[in-house]
Amino acid sequence: MTTNEIHERLRAKFGEDVGPLSEPKVDPFCVVKAERIAEVARFLKDTPELQLDFCEDVAGVDQPKKNVIEVVYHLFSYQHRHGIVLKVEADRANPVVPTVETVWKAANWMEREVYDLLGVVFPGHSDLRRVLLPDDWQGHPLRKDWTEQGGYHGISNERENPLVELRRLDEKARAEAAALAPKPPPAPAAAPVPAPAPENKA
Amino acid sequence: MEKLILRKVPNASEEMLLNFGPQHPSTHGVINFLVDTDGEVMKKAIPDVGYLHRSIEKIAEQVGYAGFMPYTDRVDYVAAMFANEGWAIAVEKLLKIEVPPRAQYLRAIAGELCRIASHLVSTGTMATDIGATTPLVHALREREALNDLIEALCGARLTYNYHRIGGVAFDLPEGWSDRVLRYLDHFETLLVEWDRLISYNHIYVKRLANVAVIPREMAVDYGLVGPNLRGSGMDWDVRRDVPYGAYPDFKFDVPVGRGFKGVSGDAFDRYYVRVLEMRESAKIVRQALEKIPDGEITAKVPRKIKPEPGEVLSRVESARGEMAYYVVSDGTEKPWRVRIRTGSYLAMGIIEDVSRGLMVADLVALIASLDVVAPEIDR
Repeated sequence: MTTNEIHERLRAKFGEDVGPLSEPKVDPFCVVKAERIAEVARFLKDTPELQLDFCEDVAGVDQPKKNVIEVVYHLFSYQHRHGIVLKVEADRANPVVPTVETVWKAANWMEREVYDLLGVVFPGHSDLRRVLLPDDWQGHPLRKDWTEQGGYHGISNERENPLVELRRLDEKARAEAAALAPKPPPAPAAAPVPAPAPENKA
Repeated sequence: MEKLILRKVPNASEEMLLNFGPQHPSTHGVINFLVDTDGEVMKKAIPDVGYLHRSIEKIAEQVGYAGFMPYTDRVDYVAAMFANEGWAIAVEKLLKIEVPPRAQYLRAIAGELCRIASHLVSTGTMATDIGATTPLVHALREREALNDLIEALCGARLTYNYHRIGGVAFDLPEGWSDRVLRYLDHFETLLVEWDRLISYNHIYVKRLANVAVIPREMAVDYGLVGPNLRGSGMDWDVRRDVPYGAYPDFKFDVPVGRGFKGVSGDAFDRYYVRVLEMRESAKIVRQALEKIPDGEITAKVPRKIKPEPGEVLSRVESARGEMAYYVVSDGTEKPWRVRIRTGSYLAMGIIEDVSRGLMVADLVALIASLDVVAPEIDR
């Protein structure tokens, strides 16, 4: 089945909740309403002619201009060798997308990563914890407006330019070399002061 | 995680929570497993990853398309060719560039040599994890010879940076094909020796057969890819089924686990599929060297790489299974978003479920048979 045919099946079943297929710039995709994504996923996996059994990828993309975070699902069928790309747009301030972990177990860890790096919450997920970053990390670094905080537990994330350190070492070496080098003979004094005549009149 | 560590154990004499890692030789890198054990039997092992997270995906958003190529080496440094290739193919798809046939053949040759090297590490360390020390020495010796060949081709032994957007960096050196062919003659006999050395070793088979079985449906459900998926009896290879590059021109078999010594999907199947794959890779390199066409090694690529807005997914068959780059372009010189989907990451996701009821010693076999590489998990 081509992507268009899969998309038509989706439109027939879910109507307007499945958006139109994007004009294929490279790979086409369609936007699905966040509330329906779990149902859509279940339908795509369980319908025998579709049988999209391989959840290849769940990725998050931050789009501040549209004020959304997109969650992108790449689905594929080993049996029929066809696939489709779904997108869900979640509000940037409060991104919530129902989990598809119950449909594909593979989504478990990938949704955890999206939560970790972009802060999308997946209600219904069995184990929504940070996965790559430490548990006490603040913020979600793959968001476009994320700025580095000043270090983590006393480990600074700022480093001076290595050239500065090199220059300092150079200067130190030069100073040491100067200290070790034989001193130049002292400049001759103007004229030796004649020693006062010994007062030896005893 | 913290709660888990500090949890009160109801009866301390029966249950124990162990930290397996992060610096344990059998975890293949810096990974921690929180192992909940009752004597020798695990209740479950919870993987705790992220120690090697270098935010490669965020770096990609800063360095631009061509500048990201050396970073992809670091995604999977045991098999860096495929990470290079996946990135190159993704950007070529965005730019709609046709890669010259000679470059595609060179990619296939370099990739398959790299796959052999990676599988040697995988199978060798697996033997060490199980307790057989000698095979790793043999495997690393062979990998050293392969590293020499790859070094002659691209100047690097580990982080190759061989691919370029639109082609590859270097053509075949003088006399290199003969060296490779000579090596392959030796290597194919070595594989026979390898089987006699370790694959059919009675103790080794006993340790792996019927251990940590992953049925096919489970493997698909958890998104396992590559040799792990094929070990579970799924006949699927991106090189053959969604062909890219020069692969449609080659004839090769896709080894599938069918219960070589136990049931399909056990640790031995995953191991043995890799051994068989090395032979197939050698076959592909021979065919490629024979048929390699003349011509350019890079396509004409604009000096400033500025793809049209759009998004693309590239799939390559890495040594650790399907590696996918999802790239979103916004029309500027830097990618808007790069996502690297790796085989090891998803393989970690299955460990918690498979580990239930396994012996602690079999956890080592499970990790080794999944062939996870820590930087590829954490990226």
